[in-house]
Amino acid sequence: MNYKIKINGTTKEVDVAPGTPLLWVIRDSLDLTGTKFGCGVASCGACTVHVDGSPVRSCQTFIEDVSDQEIITIEGIDGKVAHEVQKAWQELDVVQCGYCQSGQIMSAIGLLSETPKPTDENIDDYMSGNACRCATYQRIRAAIHLASKNLEG
Amino acid sequence: MNIKSSRRDFLKGSLATGAMLVIGLNSDGVLAAGTADATLNPFVKISSDGSLTVILKHFEMGQGTSTGLTTLIAEELDVEWDKVQTEFAPADVSKYANLMMGMQGTGGSTSIANSYLQYRKAGAAAREVLIRAAADKWGVAPSDIRIEKGILKAGNKSAHFGEVIAEAAKLTPSAEPTLKKSSDFKLIGNTRIHRKDHISKTNGKAIFALDVKVPGMVYVVILHKPQFGAKLKSFDASKAKNIEGFIDAKALPTNEGVAVYANSTWNALQAREAIVADWDLSKAEMRSSDQMFNDATALLDNPAYSVRGDREEARKGNMSAAKKLDIEFRLPFLAHAPMEPQNCVIEPTKTGVIVHDGCQMPTLVQQMVADILQLKTENVLVNTVYAGGSFGRRANPTSDYVTEAAMAFSLLGGKTPVKLVWSREDDIHAGYFRPLAVHKVSVGLDNQGTIVGWDHRIASKSIMKGTFLEAMAVQNNIDNSSTEGCADTGYEIPSMSVGLSDFITPVTALWWRSVGHSVTGIVMEVTMDMAAKAAGEDPVDFRLKMLPGNTPAQKRMANVLKMAADKADWKKPLPAGWGRGIAVHESFGSFVAEVIEISTKGDDIKIERVVCAVDCGLIINPDVVTAQIESGVGYGLGAAMRNQISFTDGIIDQSNFPDYEPLRIADIGKIDVYQVKSDEAPSGIGEPGVPPSGPALINAIADATGKRVTYLPLSENGVNFA
Ligand code: FES
Ligand code: FES
Repeated sequence: MNYKIKINGTTKEVDVAPGTPLLWVIRDSLDLTGTKFGCGVASCGACTVHVDGSPVRSCQTFIEDVSDQEIITIEGIDGKVAHEVQKAWQELDVVQCGYCQSGQIMSAIGLLSETPKPTDENIDDYMSGNACRCATYQRIRAAIHLASKNLEG
Repeated sequence: MNIKSSRRDFLKGSLATGAMLVIGLNSDGVLAAGTADATLNPFVKISSDGSLTVILKHFEMGQGTSTGLTTLIAEELDVEWDKVQTEFAPADVSKYANLMMGMQGTGGSTSIANSYLQYRKAGAAAREVLIRAAADKWGVAPSDIRIEKGILKAGNKSAHFGEVIAEAAKLTPSAEPTLKKSSDFKLIGNTRIHRKDHISKTNGKAIFALDVKVPGMVYVVILHKPQFGAKLKSFDASKAKNIEGFIDAKALPTNEGVAVYANSTWNALQAREAIVADWDLSKAEMRSSDQMFNDATALLDNPAYSVRGDREEARKGNMSAAKKLDIEFRLPFLAHAPMEPQNCVIEPTKTGVIVHDGCQMPTLVQQMVADILQLKTENVLVNTVYAGGSFGRRANPTSDYVTEAAMAFSLLGGKTPVKLVWSREDDIHAGYFRPLAVHKVSVGLDNQGTIVGWDHRIASKSIMKGTFLEAMAVQNNIDNSSTEGCADTGYEIPSMSVGLSDFITPVTALWWRSVGHSVTGIVMEVTMDMAAKAAGEDPVDFRLKMLPGNTPAQKRMANVLKMAADKADWKKPLPAGWGRGIAVHESFGSFVAEVIEISTKGDDIKIERVVCAVDCGLIINPDVVTAQIESGVGYGLGAAMRNQISFTDGIIDQSNFPDYEPLRIADIGKIDVYQVKSDEAPSGIGEPGVPPSGPALINAIADATGKRVTYLPLSENGVNFA
């Protein structure tokens, strides 16, 4: 079936089965592979994208749910918060295998957009749905604080 | 992004493109220089614009090897770090073998250890021919030429590398090129250089196997056997025909599963749900976990193999001991659960195939795929891409997921590219687990707190037996990976005897980050702590007594132990309700000690701080070393806290992250890593952070609560985490 989808500032048409998770539309139909598959059951956060500005798990969001919404993936992020988050991640060498990191970054942008000066506890709460099997957590925490500081100044 | 560019990059490695200097090994295994079309497989490539590309013989699963290997060559060539590029090597064991393995592959924390001199020499050889070429061109002595930020300079003359590569390619480097003095190092040991993958992994551009797409590709998922040892009798795919995009379903020739093909990942997953299969369970594992543990425990009374010491002596010592401890440890099967579920793409070429894979063992993958597809090994090409973690899982004696992909490719006619995708459920169910292990340790102490008897018995599933590694890794029936870190402990324990029995099950077993040490680190260090307590001594002092410095290993072990204790203010009192535990372990040639502080709130435990001391010899990238220890600590703790693969009637109870819950950000506080400055040869770092983490936590819990838990995971054995 054909669906229209607004993604990273453009409208695309895709032909997928009804009920297809947004994740697989993004990856298999639109070839935007920065968004990752880790569990398929909203338990790891690797598939996190922004829908109308908020982080959601694309593996549990279905093509029918996003007919009018603006979807942004890691390839399409823009703006001050996104920029500072990526810069902080690079500055502190957060990544290891890197597979979870698109999702981590999408969530961190969401957190800092809502809470510009998060405490450790805010970070732990907000980021708890993003698993990292390489356990880069301490650097994720530090990078969010660094981005927050740079956004202030 | 996907397909085309990744294919082009890959082919670039094997196509002649003229103006390029390559430094690599010739067919005699000697370092040589040449142009891109010389028959050299290079470590170093310099193109006409002067830019440097380092060829990586090891894959990158997050452990930082792409940064480490690049550092070694960039150091010798004095280039600007940010401008160096990297490329994964093609599969060619004659040029890219792991010198500690004899095949091309990554594992055992050997990447830097085996490449250290090889890569530095390749960089030094490149430096030498570039300088000699410039010297000839300018009519000056080579000793008058220096390299600054990748530019050759002499007096007022200067040139980038690209300007002399044609001449350099005609020169023969000396067999033993002069290496830089360590006092001149700018990159080795530098704390400020970034990982080579720090940008591409923060903007979505890094390519993993799951991101590879080639024209005409179909997607395949496997309906796997429900129990280990089960065989497919028949299946019915009639309902799958109603699923959009479904292409076909075929039984694997091994009868261990059904390959389900569709035009997208999602449609393939949906079609799999619609297939009904009938299995022959006559040879299947049907036991539940309790039964398996009881069966393994029963093997401990009379160990099949004597690994160390004389059991009768150890028991005699125990009989006369003033104090006795009898401890039983039960450690479950564990899945590796790398963040990227296993997958790969097989694409036909004119003469064979290309396997696109986060490939940990190119030599094995080549052989396995060649075997299944009846190809010459050299016609199986491997395009190595980033791997989303591995922790040992992608290095598999049977290359299991690649083999499945090759069978699926062949079943479809061998002309259509296929992408095999595992779901997380496949990953959790597919086996090759850290083996289940039961240890019984009987320790006797005299009145001075000296250990006078240590009777240690192990039952575990052997990883190596039945694989092609058996001949190498099993001696006198003893699989070293079941006993490493125990029978060869660095502690001075003259009365120690160790016996081993193999626990037999069709459940497949594999090395899991730190292999045997992931078990023995826990057993040894919890036992030490309990023995210290029984002796009424401080756990650090007690251990130091058994590390008198008789061997270099004892000295290094004692050193990190003291360093960790010191940095953690070991003797300083903690707030009420807090506890502190310590552990130290040697693995892969490296020594790591960890102190863990926990707090308790009611029944709930929270990990507040981890202090680590590491001695891994000479450190190439200090920040990568720190990151690997942080990672190892987290990996070990997450598993000890809550992970297990358990069985009910032979069926695995877990299926995905909700019931194989990974460590989360809120689970862990600060981790401080301290490094020993050393000129010893570089040793492993990807794994050695794991073994001390579990026991340090168990010991901290005992310190805070008085409760000593020796069955894992902790969450299933009476410990709650906040
Ligand atoms: S893939 Fe969506 S949360 Fe894991
Ligand atoms: S960096 Fe590997 S899973 Fe997060």
